[in-house]
Order: sequence, then structure tokens, then C-alpha cells
Amino acid sequence: MLELAALTAFFMLVQYMITVGILNQYYQINLTSMCINIILAVSLNLINGFTGQLSLGHAGFMAVGAYSSVVMTQMLGQPFIIGILAACLSAALAGFVIGVPTLRLRGDYLAIATLGFGEIIRVVLQNIDYIGGPAGIVGISKLTTWTWLFAGTVVSTLVIVNLINSSYGRAIISIREDEIASEVMGINTTRYKVLAFVVGALFAGFAGALYAHYFYIIKPETFSFLKSFDVLVMVVLGGLGSTTGAVIAAVFITVLTAALQTFPAVRMILYALILIIVMIYRPQGLMGNREFSLKIFG
Amino acid sequence: MSLLEIKGLNKSFGGLSALLEFDFRLAKNELIGLIGPNGAGKTTVFNLITGVYKPDKGKIIFAGEDITGLPAYKICRKGVARTFQNIRLFNNLSVLDNVRIALHKAVSYGLLAAVFRMPSYFAGERLIEQEALRYLEIFDLADKKNEIASNLPYGEQRRLEVARALATRPTLLILDEPAAGMNPYETQELMQLIRWIRDDFNISILLIEHDMSLVMGVCERIYVLDYGQVIAEGGPEEIRNNKRVIEAYLGEEVG
Repeated sequence: MLELAALTAFFMLVQYMITVGILNQYYQINLTSMCINIILAVSLNLINGFTGQLSLGHAGFMAVGAYSSVVMTQMLGQPFIIGILAACLSAALAGFVIGVPTLRLRGDYLAIATLGFGEIIRVVLQNIDYIGGPAGIVGISKLTTWTWLFAGTVVSTLVIVNLINSSYGRAIISIREDEIASEVMGINTTRYKVLAFVVGALFAGFAGALYAHYFYIIKPETFSFLKSFDVLVMVVLGGLGSTTGAVIAAVFITVLTAALQTFPAVRMILYALILIIVMIYRPQGLMGNREFSLKIFG
Repeated sequence: MSLLEIKGLNKSFGGLSALLEFDFRLAKNELIGLIGPNGAGKTTVFNLITGVYKPDKGKIIFAGEDITGLPAYKICRKGVARTFQNIRLFNNLSVLDNVRIALHKAVSYGLLAAVFRMPSYFAGERLIEQEALRYLEIFDLADKKNEIASNLPYGEQRRLEVARALATRPTLLILDEPAAGMNPYETQELMQLIRWIRDDFNISILLIEHDMSLVMGVCERIYVLDYGQVIAEGGPEEIRNNKRVIEAYLGEEVG
């Protein structure tokens, strides 16, 4: 109850600050990126952190979601909610189609296969004229509001946290811990790997839809490997297998990116440096696999 | 009727045949030992029965059903549970979680009930926890339920592995070198525990062991493997005096 009250208060506060203009356009853009990054990081963490399957194709699912939602809202004239549902479903389907064959692979091989699939999605999008080819789609109406962002972030995080804290979640984590032992304990590991992959992809698609309807333009280039890499940095920095860590790192990286916007070259160097430093001094990430909930404030 | 019947099982790795025409039979409630020198193919037998490896040839029939080549999780669901020679716990998880994972196959609520925290989720989780604690109590691990598995001392890790295996409710329990690394006193305790598990859970047990005092003390029947073939089979007394077994372990007499 206390947590609900705190969340509602936070939502109202920000909403108020937007309405009266304390949060200007610049802050609002960063706030939007922050929410989208949280959804991306938390969902990738389900695949990379909890299931232990190294996926490098998260931007691909984000692209599927972004494009299918835009096709729905801009080309077929559907309401935003239909666009979002289309984004989630199509990204989940893409996750399933890609997950079933690739999740037989392990470690480096899986990483390379998912990287390849992410790039395939991008190249396919580049070659469909209906959705603008390499130029992408411009003039997308701005439907992503603070309400959508806030509710989306909370729901995505909650769904994944609830999934992880259930028998299904334990089955998923057991795959990361020891795949053979997990299988011998009666867990259909392939099924749960695919499940994690599909749920992760679904929320990446959701983030894509929110992204597309805020930033006016989408093009295949936006969803290149570098975007997947951005999200991976957040997940590793936060601590593989910690949702709290993923959220904190997503916020941190968004703020860092915003602060370094004027010199993007330095940003990449800093990224690399942070990763190296974390790997040397805190290989388990900021949070390791620990969590803390709002309960500690209560 | 036998619970487990293996006929003409073969497995080779590259050019090396690890197992040759292996025949085996285990009755309900039987306690059987599988012994043999290092590299004789004992663990291969276990990996084949539990579906970790697929056999090249032969049949494995469990409780009247052909389970040859089934995936490991399905074999577990038919009622075969095992431990590993090099303990394979879920190391970063709590003791309780290790057992709870073994109970997953009997989970009573659906995925959506978990995500949306429906009443069936809470009821199901309570059930799983009670059940898991029951197994931890049997193995004297209940007060360590929140400890991380890898922090347990070696003997307790072995016990946790057995608890976890039993939590899958098997009719056949397979133990791969349960006494490895134990002192004679602990081995004695383990012997009693194994017998007690068999009687109390009313299941069959198949074990690999190097510790002869344990094998001879607890097993009703013993199979001896050497170079992937069964060289002897019988009660402890028979095996102890079998010439081929002695040769396999100590080498042939000169002259």
C-alpha cells in the first residue's frame, strides 16, 4: 500500500511539474529516454541476467515493436493502444521465431546468432518501401504521454519481477545456475529459455512503440547493434540478474548520455571505460544479483 | 516385475566405446550398487538412464515404458532422480530455492496467475514452500534454508543434493558416488541414511561408489563394470570372491 502511494505521489508530482512547465522540453526528453531505457534494460536482464542466455539482438525486437505500432497508428489509423498491442505481439512473435532455433546454441554462439538476427531485422526493414526503407518514417504523431511512460515502466518491471519471484522464475534462474541439473530436476529448459526470450522481446517491442511515438521519426539505423550494446551495458553495469540494478543503471546511463550529449565521441569512450572499470573492480555489477524493494523505506 | 530394465545398451565417444552391450535389471525397492575401476563406464550408465546422453543402441525400459532417448526432464517426470559425482547444486541460490526448483514440475498455478499475483499463486507458493521445508527437515537442513547453497559445508551440500533429488518424488533414485570425500564415520551415517530413504520413501536406489565398505554394506546386488562391460553380477559375498573382479581391481596374477 505504501509503495502504491509512493508511486502515485511520484507520478502526480512529475505530471504537475510537466503541466506547470518546471520540467521543460529538454528534461521531458530525458525522462522519456529514461523510462524507455528502464523497460529495455529490465527486459534484457530477464534474458541475459536471469536466464543466463547472452542475447545481443534486443534492438531488433525494439525495431519490430516500433515499426508495427507506427504502421498501426499512422498508416492504418488505429488508436495508440492498438499500436502498442501490435508492437508487443509482433515483437513477442519475433522473439519466438528467433528464439526457437537459436536457443539451442550456448554462450558465444548464441550471442553471435542473436546479433545476426538483430541485424537481419534491421536490413529487412531497410528494404521494405512501404515503411520508408532506409529513410524510415517521419512525422509520427506524439502519442506517448507521461502517463503511458510511467504506467508502461511500472507494469513492465512489475510483470518481470512477479515472473521471476514465482516457480516459473525459479525454473528460469535454474537454467543460468546449471542447465544440466535443471533439466534433470524435470525442468524443460528449452521451453523456459524460449519463454524468457519471448517475454523479453515483448517488452522491448513495447519500448519501441513508446519510443516511436515520442521522437517523431524512426529509421532502421536507430535500431542497430549499437542500441543493443547500449542496453547490454546497462544490464552488465547494474548487475546481471538484478532488476534493481538494471533500473539504477538505466537511469545512470541516461543521465550520463544526456550530460555528454555535446560530445558523442567521448560518450563511447566513457562507456567503454566504465565497463572496463566495473569489470575489474566489481565484476558482478553494481548490485550483483541482490535486489531491494520499496519495502526498505516502509 | 522389474522397475528398470536395460537391454544391449551401447555408447561410444568418438572411437572409444564407453559401454558395450550393457544389460541390467532392477526390481522395485531394490538397492543396487554399480562398481568398477575408474573409466569403466559407470557414470556413462547413469547419464544414459537419466537422459543426459543419448544411447547409440539398446533399450531402457522404466516402469514398463520405453524411455530410451527421451529428454532428461521427461525422464525425471517419469520418476527417475539423481545426484552428481561433482555436486551440481544451483550454487548462487538459497538452500530452500534449490529444493523448490525440484518441485516446479508439480506447480499448481499458471504463468498468468504468477504475473498477476492471483490467489492461486499464493496458495501454490505456500504449498511449494511447505513441501520444500519438509524435505529440508528430513535432511536436517531446515535451519539453513536461507543460506546460499555454495556456502554450505561439503557434507551438507551432498545432503542437499539428495534432498533436492527426492523432492522430484522419484521411484528410482540414482546416487553417483555419494560417499566421495567423506570420512569413515560420515560414510557410516550415509549408509544408514541410504537404507532409511529406501525404506521410508519406498523407492529403489542405484548407486555408484568407490568405497567398498559402503557398497558391500548396503547393496543387495552389485554389478561390476570394466572397460564398458559387465564382468560380474551378484550379492556382495559373490562379488567379493569373484576372480574376475579381483583381477579388474588388482591386476592379473603373474605366472
